[in-house]
Amino acid sequence: MCIAMPAEVLEIKEGNIGVVDFGDLQQEVRLDLVDVKVGEFVLVHVGFAIQRLSREEGLETREVFRQVYAAMEE
Amino acid sequence: MAVGKEILDTLHALVDRDITLMHICGTHEAAIARAGLRSVLPERLKIVMGPGCPVCITPQGEIDAALDLVERDCTIATYGDLLRVPGTKGSLESSGGDVRVVQGIHKAAEIARREPDREVVFISVGFETTAPTVAATILSRPPENFSILSCHRLVPPAMAWLLGQGEASLDGFLLPGHVCAVMGYEEYERFPVPQVVAGFEPEDILLGLLMAVQQVREGAHRVENAYPRVVTREGNVKAKRLMYEVFEPYDVEWRGFPVIPASGLRLKPEFEGYDAQKKYDIEIRHVDKHSACICDKVLRGIARPSDCKLFGKVCTPRTPVGPCMVSHEGACKIWHLYESRRA
Repeated sequence: MCIAMPAEVLEIKEGNIGVVDFGDLQQEVRLDLVDVKVGEFVLVHVGFAIQRLSREEGLETREVFRQVYAAMEE
Repeated sequence: MAVGKEILDTLHALVDRDITLMHICGTHEAAIARAGLRSVLPERLKIVMGPGCPVCITPQGEIDAALDLVERDCTIATYGDLLRVPGTKGSLESSGGDVRVVQGIHKAAEIARREPDREVVFISVGFETTAPTVAATILSRPPENFSILSCHRLVPPAMAWLLGQGEASLDGFLLPGHVCAVMGYEEYERFPVPQVVAGFEPEDILLGLLMAVQQVREGAHRVENAYPRVVTREGNVKAKRLMYEVFEPYDVEWRGFPVIPASGLRLKPEFEGYDAQKKYDIEIRHVDKHSACICDKVLRGIARPSDCKLFGKVCTPRTPVGPCMVSHEGACKIWHLYESRRA
């Protein structure tokens, strides 16, 4: 349940919606819980950005989260 | 895993007594099992899983309440994990009702907007990681045909119960990284026991274990942060504020536990129009468990999945008897996937 994935904010749309990049997937997420700018990284959980991350942190952890996430979906 | 090897070597050198550490996070259990960490840890260091899977700790009475809502012809939207959890009379999956899997609550609210003739109820499970997403959605004022069944739980009250009760003889805790990403870890500082916030890579978890073991050896108790790239002491202040704007804590039962004071979240009176329990006058009843399933003991950290007579025989991911075999974060399902080699 508490799976969360780092993603880069590509675009911010009206109504607190952001287009984010998970590395191999782009998706719209809700930005209600964070104040972010384009180019920053966020941690995404159940379709919401739940925390802001530094760019370096985001890139560093993204791959591993993806592996764990893939394993959970098996 | 060079860093991991170094940490592991240090860990082997440091563990000179029996130490039991509990994590309270299904995502930790999945990462530990997937990396096979238990098989490389020192013999005297035991990692037990606590009540860290929100689907698993949702009591049967709340699953029955969701099934009551199906009977009243509501459209049910929820996470896929919840579908197969057995209630008294079947599961959401077998109910034959209009049950839809959604990514998150915002998608359930979209269904309500798109289908104004349907009554849409979101079965809202999750710890502090998830509750703020629900709060944000409620604050966006979804349409009147939308409501939630709040099954939310808070981690620290369960820790307080476990520590007060003492049956699992725990020497320390790995704190859930993503709960703490939102909440920070200040509220854990009141517990006089070694605690380390840990991330989800094998190295993160090993580092968390190492820091906890060091505290046990020192006889210290403090909260340390082994996941600083995501977690800060104060957490996400905005998310916390929204959560407490919408929800208030109340006393509630967990599966496997008695009623734990102030451990659940319910909508505040000003949002009760979105409270499915009030809207449909649903009563949540206590249901005594009566199968041989030991999910309750697994959730309290006093039994392992493989201690259960049903495990892997009657109870499998395809034919789950208890919730721990249903959820991707349930200890039994995870052990069924990865752990059969470890006695």
